[in-house]
This record gives sequence, structure tokens and C-alpha cells, in this order.
Amino acid sequence: MSIYDFIFYLFAAITVGSALLVVSSDNIVRSAFYLLATFFGVSGLYVLLGADFVAVTQIMVYIGGILILLLFGVMLTSNITNVEIKKGMKNLLPAIIGIGILLGAVISMMIDTRWKINVGEIPQTTSYEIGKLLITDYVLIFELLGILLLIALIGAASMARRERSK
Amino acid sequence: MVEVGLTHFLVVSSFLFAFGLYAILTRKNAILVLMGIELLLNAANINFVAFSRYGNFGLNGQLMALFVIVLAAAEAAIALAIVLNIYKTFGHVNVDEIDNLKE
Repeated sequence: MSIYDFIFYLFAAITVGSALLVVSSDNIVRSAFYLLATFFGVSGLYVLLGADFVAVTQIMVYIGGILILLLFGVMLTSNITNVEIKKGMKNLLPAIIGIGILLGAVISMMIDTRWKINVGEIPQTTSYEIGKLLITDYVLIFELLGILLLIALIGAASMARRERSK
Repeated sequence: MVEVGLTHFLVVSSFLFAFGLYAILTRKNAILVLMGIELLLNAANINFVAFSRYGNFGLNGQLMALFVIVLAAAEAAIALAIVLNIYKTFGHVNVDEIDNLKE
């Protein structure tokens, strides 16, 4: 078992274990903090796949941005001592059965399929190439995403600050 | 034990996808449903990057993952604004009890 395999199993265990805790924890604040571990694990998997820029972006955007936003949402919308928030589950049995079947089917498909594997050389660093692609092949998507983020910024701010008319 | 390859990453992302779907289907709290959506997006991202690495597609898969991250940020901001409005109107964020659009 090489060091690569060991690190992979470590990050996979962190990711899957903390994701399970996110969906099964009773306390919503705990779920948010387990989500932190999940995002870290996923970013470690990106590093193992040779995607250093995506890994750093994952940490900066997900952990620095989205998770903080979710925590703000938790703090602003729930009374932590409220019992109602802690035990909020519905349709447990049908969901578990359905998702069990789905998970079994997807995993057996992933394992049984003979993927055409053609490993290229591992790039030493990807940010230079990604930057070049972003302003050549993908420039339209890049600009559209900029406009989309601006729209989201304005929309979110105006929606969240709207006062009740009466 | 077999050497870690494409299949291992795909299995991890399948587990993340299943857990995210479970959170969306069973949780009442809107914030936890949002967390489930983030798990789904992460599962898709792992698949993009893994196929990009093992399929010799260059960096195209990684760029798709970057775009998905950007969309996830925008989605989280908008969804949080909607959730705050729901809380102002109803006094709670349980998605199974929210049944009208007007105040």
C-alpha cells in the first residue's frame, strides 16, 4: 500500500464519515461544522487528483464563503434552544429504502463499468494553464459568470434587506 | 488491496451524492436542505475532476468544477436571502409547512 493510497483512504474516510454526520446529526450547528470537514476532505481529494487550483478554490470559496454564509443563516433563522429545530425529519423510512437502492445501483455501475482509462501526465502546476484557458477557450463562460455573480449580489442584497410594507 | 484508481473516486462521490439526496428528502429545516445541495454539487465536482485526470481530457474537467463552485456560491447567497425572507414571514424555516407565496 503506497503513501498515495494511504492518503486517499484517509481523505475518503474524512469526507464520507463527516458527510454522514452532516445528514444524521440532530443539531444544525453541528451539521454545519461537520460540513467543514467534508469540504476539507473533498479538497484533499482534488489535490490527489492533481487539481491544485481547484483545491485551493474549494477551500477559499466553500469554507471561507459558503459555509460562513450557511452559519449566518443558521444563526439568523433558528433559536438554538428550540426543540423543533433539533428533531426535524420526515419520510425517514421511504427515503432510506429509496436511497439505499439508488446507492447500490450507482456504486455497482461505477465498479462494473470498464472505464476507458487513459492517464495523461500529471501537471506540476495547473494555475497557469487554467488562466490561459479562461481567457481563450472559456472567455464567454467566464464573462457570463461574472455577470451572474453581479446579478446574484444585487438580488440577494435587495431581497434580504426588503422591509415588510405594513 | 487494489491500487487507488478512478473507481475509488467515483465511489466516494456516489456516497456524497446519496447523503446529499438523503438530507434533501428527509430534513425539514431549509438550511439543512441547502447543505444537502452543497453535498450534491461536491459529488458532481469530484466526478468532473476525476474524469479529467483519468480520461486525459486536459484541464477541461477542472474548469467545469471551477464554474460549478462559482454557481454554488451564487446559489447559496440567493437561497439564504430567500430563507431569511421566509423566516421574516412565517417565523420558522420548515419547508413542509410553508404553503403560500403571499403574506
